[in-house]
Amino acid sequence: MTDVRIAGVGLTKFGSHPERTGRDLFAEAALAAREDAGVSRDDYEEIFYGNFMGELAEKQGHQGPVMAEAAGLDCPATRYEQACASAGVAFRQAVAAIRSGAADVVLAGGMERMNNLGTAEVTQSLAIAADELFEVRAGVTFPGAYALMARAYFDAFGGDSEDLAHIAVKNHANAMHNDYAQFHREITVDDALESPVVADPLTLYDACPITDGASAVVLVSDDYAERHGLDAPVSVTGSGQGGDKAALQDRPHLARTPAATKAADAAYADAGIVPDEVDVAEVHDCFTIAEVLALESLGLYDHGEGVGAAARGETTRDGDLPVNLSGGLKAKGHPVGATGTAQIVEMTKLLRGDHGNSDAVPDARVGITHNAGGTVASAVVHVLEVDR
Amino acid sequence: MSDTGYDEWLAAIADGEGYYLACPDGHGSLPPRRSCPHCGAAELTEEPLPETGEVLTFTEVHVPAPNFADEAPYVTAIASFGPVKLTGVVRELPADEVDLGATVSAAVGTNATTDEQLLVFRPASE
Repeated sequence: MTDVRIAGVGLTKFGSHPERTGRDLFAEAALAAREDAGVSRDDYEEIFYGNFMGELAEKQGHQGPVMAEAAGLDCPATRYEQACASAGVAFRQAVAAIRSGAADVVLAGGMERMNNLGTAEVTQSLAIAADELFEVRAGVTFPGAYALMARAYFDAFGGDSEDLAHIAVKNHANAMHNDYAQFHREITVDDALESPVVADPLTLYDACPITDGASAVVLVSDDYAERHGLDAPVSVTGSGQGGDKAALQDRPHLARTPAATKAADAAYADAGIVPDEVDVAEVHDCFTIAEVLALESLGLYDHGEGVGAAARGETTRDGDLPVNLSGGLKAKGHPVGATGTAQIVEMTKLLRGDHGNSDAVPDARVGITHNAGGTVASAVVHVLEVDR
Repeated sequence: MSDTGYDEWLAAIADGEGYYLACPDGHGSLPPRRSCPHCGAAELTEEPLPETGEVLTFTEVHVPAPNFADEAPYVTAIASFGPVKLTGVVRELPADEVDLGATVSAAVGTNATTDEQLLVFRPASE
């Protein structure tokens, strides 16, 4: 099997850019990744692109060819839709293409334009990731679904809103050192606890913002990198995906996300590592409770132990296992269809040393990314390792 | 829009004759289904839905989607009815009186925003 290396990464600044088209956002990220990689234009063989709600936001289906043009490339391009895990699954297919020997150079990425819709329309659009018949018709919004999980978690394992507030505080603090983050504003536990209720027990500061943005990654085979003398110290050594029932009501536990466990177990086995070897993690904290569920499902914490990790200082910048040094979805922002590859971009930079927070993990060798769709009915986990 | 399978199921609940689908191994699911989502068995039979369920979790939604604009704030809950769980909007009970473990019955109400039918929970005695 061919080893996969990350040759280049690119991001737009995440934030509210309601006037910018999706194709312009993706062009910026893709061109940045191409410049970072320094790979000849003619060598790109395929594009794997994630997007969730392009039909709703821009009335644009069939986005693959549109985005290939935007990226300045002349090769086949396919869009992957898996709710908030769209770019994660696109990246996973890109990895598979290189590993199989089918391609030596591919571009993976994602884009989401959201702020040109109002909050109400975005809320409606995001809800389509839930089960239409049994959840959306019963008033389940995206924040509402995670609120259902949060209350079930508190009931099963303990923890409270103050524990969750510490996660928001941590991720806002981390984003201070990330130029691409949507928020550069530290918050306090009281700020979070006193913010307006969105869906109780979750408040505004438990939720990620509405974000426009794009991300892109150039993947190459180990052999190609060597032949062309590319500086590509980060490898993708593990990839895994897991699935679950679409609706919460069809799952045995409402405070666990076994799809992420399946994805992680597969990725760890693929990479030949155990959770103890993970030095740094980027996880899908669309809501603060989601970071808790992720840490526990990834085997980094036992069930019931993850909720207090940020408050105890274990997952903060100076902790033993820094989580979401990018600021996470919470403070970096969450352009949903771009998030999976944005996490890869952040982790690559953290590991190779050119991230604003790389100094927090100078000796890190193994990083993982966890990207989730819906209420983790889909999960994708990747293991990245850096040559040291 | 009509949704064959789902519409009949909701109508049955409205008539007080709610049901769920059971496979030979006793897993429960809701229609429309052609196989058990838990084990893949193709033999599904309709079984009576228990008359009451237990609230497992709930949330009071303050920021609604447009299809619930006139309902907010409202409480959505997941309740356990024997081998199946249902998701519905809690009616006839103030939000601050909804508790985990509360006993509810399933019924059909009207969404004040869209005028469409929806699954609702009402307080019930055990």
